[in-house]
Amino acid sequence: MLKLEEVHTYYGNSHILQGLSFSVSEGKCTALLGRNGAGKTTTIHSIAGLTPPRKGKIYFEETKIDSAPPYRIARLGIGLVPQGRRIFPSLTVKENLTMPAREPRKQTRDKKWTLDEIYELFPALKEREHNMGNQLSGGQQQMLAIGRALMTNPHFLLMDEPSEGLAPVIIEQVGDIIRMLKENGLSILLVEQNLFLACSVADEVLVMNKGQIVWQGSPQELLANEEIQHRYLGV
Amino acid sequence: MDLSILFVQIITGLAYGMLLFMIAAGLTIIFGLLSVVNLAHGALFMIGGYFTFTFINQHLNFWLALLISVILLAILGMLIERFLLNRMYGKELEQVLLTFGLIFIFTDLVKWIWGSSPKSISIPPLLDASLTIGVVTFPVYRLFVVVVGCAVALLLWYIESRTRIGAIVRAGVDDRHMLSSLGINFKLVFAGVFAFGAGMAGLSGGLGAPILGLYSGMDNDVLILSLVIVVIGGLKTWKGAFIGAILVGMVDTLGQVWFPSFSMVLIFALMVFILLIKPSGLFGKGVDA
Ligand SMILES: Nc1ncnc2c1ncn2[C@@H]1O[C@H](COP(=O)(O)OP(=O)(O)OP(=O)(O)O)[C@@H](O)[C@H]1O
Ligand SMILES: [Mg+2]
Repeated sequence: MLKLEEVHTYYGNSHILQGLSFSVSEGKCTALLGRNGAGKTTTIHSIAGLTPPRKGKIYFEETKIDSAPPYRIARLGIGLVPQGRRIFPSLTVKENLTMPAREPRKQTRDKKWTLDEIYELFPALKEREHNMGNQLSGGQQQMLAIGRALMTNPHFLLMDEPSEGLAPVIIEQVGDIIRMLKENGLSILLVEQNLFLACSVADEVLVMNKGQIVWQGSPQELLANEEIQHRYLGV
Repeated sequence: MDLSILFVQIITGLAYGMLLFMIAAGLTIIFGLLSVVNLAHGALFMIGGYFTFTFINQHLNFWLALLISVILLAILGMLIERFLLNRMYGKELEQVLLTFGLIFIFTDLVKWIWGSSPKSISIPPLLDASLTIGVVTFPVYRLFVVVVGCAVALLLWYIESRTRIGAIVRAGVDDRHMLSSLGINFKLVFAGVFAFGAGMAGLSGGLGAPILGLYSGMDNDVLILSLVIVVIGGLKTWKGAFIGAILVGMVDTLGQVWFPSFSMVLIFALMVFILLIKPSGLFGKGVDA
């Protein structure tokens, strides 16, 4: 469904993604792991069009998206839950959800998300719908960031460290949500530092180091491979 | 000075304030979203006035002439944003040079097309009257300009806080890259906001022409006052510009009556005074002393 071929992304002169290739299949959750600074966010941003690659190709379904502007990529059905949540503080909780709302691009078996359904999934957001976006706890902001992306009715979700800075109970809740989204037919690329969250929801795991994929396998294989965990994830 | 003249001066000051508000509001909204200080905004105001003048000379009635001018100014704004400004985002010096350069181009074009002798537009017949309440006589057209200014403020408030467009613009001020990752083409939003600001400047120019007349250098007068208003009000807030514009319009008008040679000094004194009390401006967010 999503395919990266030999992607090279730079910040100015620093060469961050150094020939990155991988693919994510439809209806699956693929986890991308790696240490701080490995280039995970840069990968997400390269797919989303925020840091377009200088070389290489990215395909979403049949469309080549590596030189498309971010809004086009989003309209193709790629939703972004960014690192650090990036909730709009000048919008109310409700506006954060309704402002980007759009219909699904094509009719699929995917669930169609509406404001009511987001509120049903995250009742805490409904209670605070008139609060400003920054008047929420970290966990609620994460729910809002997920809800906001779902309101664009994507077919593919990019999630960048959704467990960052959250209490264990909330992390479990994030895991439940990801499994539920997958059951609804959404394909997900999940960037994580939390090995156990990633392995509990992912169908496949990619390990990244210095801008390249250095290991690839199933969650069970990774959990059994202490050398990889130690060398690339610092566990 | 008797009461009647004082009231007329107050209405004149308020009307001038509202004209300045429509310019300053555009400046603040454009600055808030695009981070660009459009120095050519006074020139857009002037062009709005001259366009209205021309269409009236073509025997259109005032209102139609005004409407067409506003639309043309919005289109002009759109063209400036799409073809010139869009190459210069994030480059402050280039933006200053561009918008400053546009002032020269526009003022010379105006002189070339309309000549340098002052022009005037007569007040539309419908509003060319006075309203007498007790001992006080109000010029109706000026009252009307005040009403239009308040209506524009109300409209801005409504668009900003009650519509999806308003939410998109606010989100764009917060984090435009996140906005585009949600499927919104912020370039289009930028062009729209610039066009809207230019249209408001044109509205102000057309509405103001019957009161202020048309003369070369009028763009400069309003630009300086509008920049003062933007600073007083607090850079990125049109609500601050509303209050700032009323203050500046009153001080300028009454100042010219009582201390003709000092009115500009009074305005800068007002600005210094407000910034001493609140360095980020009346409605500004950010560090205060
Ligand atoms: N805006 C930027 N300008 C220059 N260099 C950057 C920028 N953003 C990131 N980098 C560099 O790119 C490299 C990869 O960063 P990236 O944010 O992709 O890492 P990450 O894997 O997401 O890390 P983390 O787990 O800490 O979020 C880092 O070395 C970082 O210093
Ligand atoms: Mg990151």
